[in-house]
Amino acid sequence: MPPAAADIDRFLPLPPATFHILIALAKEDRHGYAVMQEIEERTDGAIRLSAGTLYRSIQRMLEQGLIRETRKRPAPELDDERRRYYRITPLGEVVARAEARRMAELVRMARAQGLVLGTT
Amino acid sequence: MRLYRALLRLFPTAFREEYGDEMSAIFRMRARQTTGALPTLGLWAVTVEDIVRNAIVVHWDALQQDLRYAVRALARTPGFFATAILVTALGIGANTAAFSVADFVLVRPLPYAHADRLVKLAERTDDGTNQVSPALYQRWRTTSSSFDDMGAYYTNGVNLVGDGEPQRLDEAVVTASLLPTLGVQPLRGRLFTTADEHDGGTIILSYGLWQSRFGGADDVIGRRLLTDGAPREVIGVMPRDFRFPNRDVAFWTPMPLDQLRDEEITNTYWEVLGRLRPGTSVERARTEMDAVSRRIREQYPKELDGIGSSVVRLRDELSSQSRTLLLALCAAAACVLLIACANLASLLLARYLRRKREFLVRAALGAGRERLIRQCITESLVIAVLGGALGIALAIISVPLLTRLIPATLPIAKSPTIDGRIVLFAALLSTVTGVIFGALPAWRASNARDMSELREGTRAGGGQRERVRAALVVVEVTASVVLLVSAGLLLRALARIQATDPGFQSAHVLAVRTALPVPKYDSVTRRVALYEDVLREVRALPGVSSAAYISGLPLASGGAVWPVVPEGQESATTRPASAISRYVTPGYFRTLAIPLVRGRDVSDADIGSRPWAAVVSESFVRRYWPNEDPIGKRFKFLTDTRTVVGVVGDVRVRGLERTNEPQVYLSYRQVPDTGAASFFYPKELVIRSSTPPVALTAAVRRIVHRVDPDQPVSNVRTMDDIVSDVTAARATQVRVLGAFAFVAFLLAAVGIHGVLSYSVSSRSREIGVRMALGAQPRSVVRMVLRQAVVLAAAGVLPGVLLAYVAGRAMQGLLAGIKPADLETFGAVAVLCLVMTVAGSLAPALRAVRVDPATALRMDG
Repeated sequence: MPPAAADIDRFLPLPPATFHILIALAKEDRHGYAVMQEIEERTDGAIRLSAGTLYRSIQRMLEQGLIRETRKRPAPELDDERRRYYRITPLGEVVARAEARRMAELVRMARAQGLVLGTT
Repeated sequence: MRLYRALLRLFPTAFREEYGDEMSAIFRMRARQTTGALPTLGLWAVTVEDIVRNAIVVHWDALQQDLRYAVRALARTPGFFATAILVTALGIGANTAAFSVADFVLVRPLPYAHADRLVKLAERTDDGTNQVSPALYQRWRTTSSSFDDMGAYYTNGVNLVGDGEPQRLDEAVVTASLLPTLGVQPLRGRLFTTADEHDGGTIILSYGLWQSRFGGADDVIGRRLLTDGAPREVIGVMPRDFRFPNRDVAFWTPMPLDQLRDEEITNTYWEVLGRLRPGTSVERARTEMDAVSRRIREQYPKELDGIGSSVVRLRDELSSQSRTLLLALCAAAACVLLIACANLASLLLARYLRRKREFLVRAALGAGRERLIRQCITESLVIAVLGGALGIALAIISVPLLTRLIPATLPIAKSPTIDGRIVLFAALLSTVTGVIFGALPAWRASNARDMSELREGTRAGGGQRERVRAALVVVEVTASVVLLVSAGLLLRALARIQATDPGFQSAHVLAVRTALPVPKYDSVTRRVALYEDVLREVRALPGVSSAAYISGLPLASGGAVWPVVPEGQESATTRPASAISRYVTPGYFRTLAIPLVRGRDVSDADIGSRPWAAVVSESFVRRYWPNEDPIGKRFKFLTDTRTVVGVVGDVRVRGLERTNEPQVYLSYRQVPDTGAASFFYPKELVIRSSTPPVALTAAVRRIVHRVDPDQPVSNVRTMDDIVSDVTAARATQVRVLGAFAFVAFLLAAVGIHGVLSYSVSSRSREIGVRMALGAQPRSVVRMVLRQAVVLAAAGVLPGVLLAYVAGRAMQGLLAGIKPADLETFGAVAVLCLVMTVAGSLAPALRAVRVDPATALRMDG
């Protein structure tokens, strides 16, 4: 059953860290450190989540049902059993899309007022 | 790495267990990548900040969740919720109120600079302390070295005439050194100098008087007004919060030169204030003053026989009775809190036991024990916060009712304010109450053994927890016994004091003061004319049976105590004993119904040229002429030799709880005709009437106004008011303690009820078996009652002992009632019985109604 629109709006706007984590998990399951690295690489080092912020966000996202822990683990030689892997949930995907839409809408409005440099 | 692990402890356990390893791993990696002292330091700074910030957020998240859950859980059981909040509010409210008053009177520093160095000096006699004569003060001031300075003062009621109505106000007459000794600066103008003492004619206003009389006018300095007919120029205004020596003083005038130079060393009427030199202890000042007193005594062996000096901190210049009164109040409030806490703990414990299954389910779903306890504490914190807020509100409402406990003699405001510190105190108290009394039951309810017990589906169980609840009830009963006994003892003491015969009949008597300002009334003829006019018209009022004037009302004004030297004993070497002097018009004794035992009343014929007549009290006769006819005996008193013309009954002048000197009544026509004697003028008009005395007020005002329009009428009271004022502080205390005891009593009964209810419901199967085996309902009731009586007795026994100890501690308040007063203890025993029976009634009935079949089937 798809979540109702009101349920999704409840999450918006997403805290930046949460949004970044959802993006990092969009295509594949990752463990916490990998999430951190992915975000750092993707933003060319501009955003570097601290360990505290990362796990605090993960805990909250687990409770909110945006992500879940996954039992599927990578090949044993790549694995570290201490690590937990996280996967984005359908709700997480919907929420991430909604957030992206919300931001795109904002950018569109800003552009209409000439606040964004580049093409119109 | 260990440091990092330690830092992680800032997170809740569950979070730490979940993510601690991974976070440590990440930190280890980061640390490996970082070399050099400065970058390492930077890494640590970032890490500490990260952990602290996020730990707060995680805790906050959990708290919000717990709060939401707690409110939902509490809302499901509104009865429990309301009871718990009310119980907490009572405990917190009682303590906040008691603490605000006690803090205000006993703890908070007086509002003067370096108030800890201010001391009161007084003459010390065998019976206590006394005021100081100007001559002795001057010697103390010049010969002692422990003090930065000393100042002296006395208070006086005077008429203030200026713009507007004449007003009767309290003034303090002060030496030039007094205000500087207190370390105050005027708000406007200047303080007194020695020149003011020489020239007189100046006045410093209190802030209140400046506002009320002059509307806070900027040009008040230099204005002129009259006090008792003497012209004065305003030279200063004191700050708003400045009060000295008490809150009623409206202005200050300089000490007149003739009083400063008074060489009569036995003429004691000054109060003396000293400021200790920095670093000088009160003990050292005392030692020095003892030596100083000894040296002065050598010069006046007869006059100062048995006279030493006393030095006490101004803060401690508070009757030990007021202090005991307040401490008893605080102790009682603490008892109420104890009972409230025990009750709260008992309520919570019962609640958690009922919710065990829920806890078990949540534990099975992965909630850690820490999380469960945390949830319980959150619930009790919600109760504590709401209860505390309600308690503070209760305290704010009730503190004004306690102002009678604040001695008027202290230079502090009339009513304490509930300030930030008090609110902080209440908040701390509530929080501690909530955490401790929430956590303990939660801890017990959730401990592992209990959990496994439940998992096995055990039903009986709980013996130990029942013991905990029983212990809580015992504590409640003990504390309520202590409170009930204390309240009972104080009530008995109050009744005994109120039953004390003051020596006069106060009912149906109105007292008003007409001021008789000098110089207008400094001649006997002028005063007699006023008395005659006023008394004639007052006596003609409907319902009035008699009326008279006196210089000082019993129980309301003190002083005028003078040494007595009977004829033939002039050569005695010891200091003569004293008597209280009052000037009266004929009819005073009849008006107050003081019995005339022998001889006659003073009369209109006792005028200046006749022998100086005196009516003395019976104790006066007993002291000087036991077994002799006193009529016609002569004694030297005040200025002249007096002749006894009559004997009257003794009157309590200084209070119902104190004995006082014998009394000597002198004729209103024989008051010495000097300005300084205005103190002795009969100014208090007393009227006995068969109609309600207060109803006469308007008529009396009209009469006085007609006779002299400049004459303010003030201090309108009934003699009944004056008598009950004497016991007002006590009566308030008894009411407060009584209320506390009542609350304690109720809570203890509720506690007994709670334990028995739980016990009956958990033993319903056993009861069912017994009844199925033929037990009579009576024996079941007896079983429940026996349990109740055991609980009550276990609480009453230590309670009685503690109550006796409490009684001993406040013996000074008991007015001769013994701390082991049988009647009080007996009454409390009966009350406890009532409490026990009342508490066990409902559970006993429920036990009787247990249906054996249902009870047996329950266990399958």
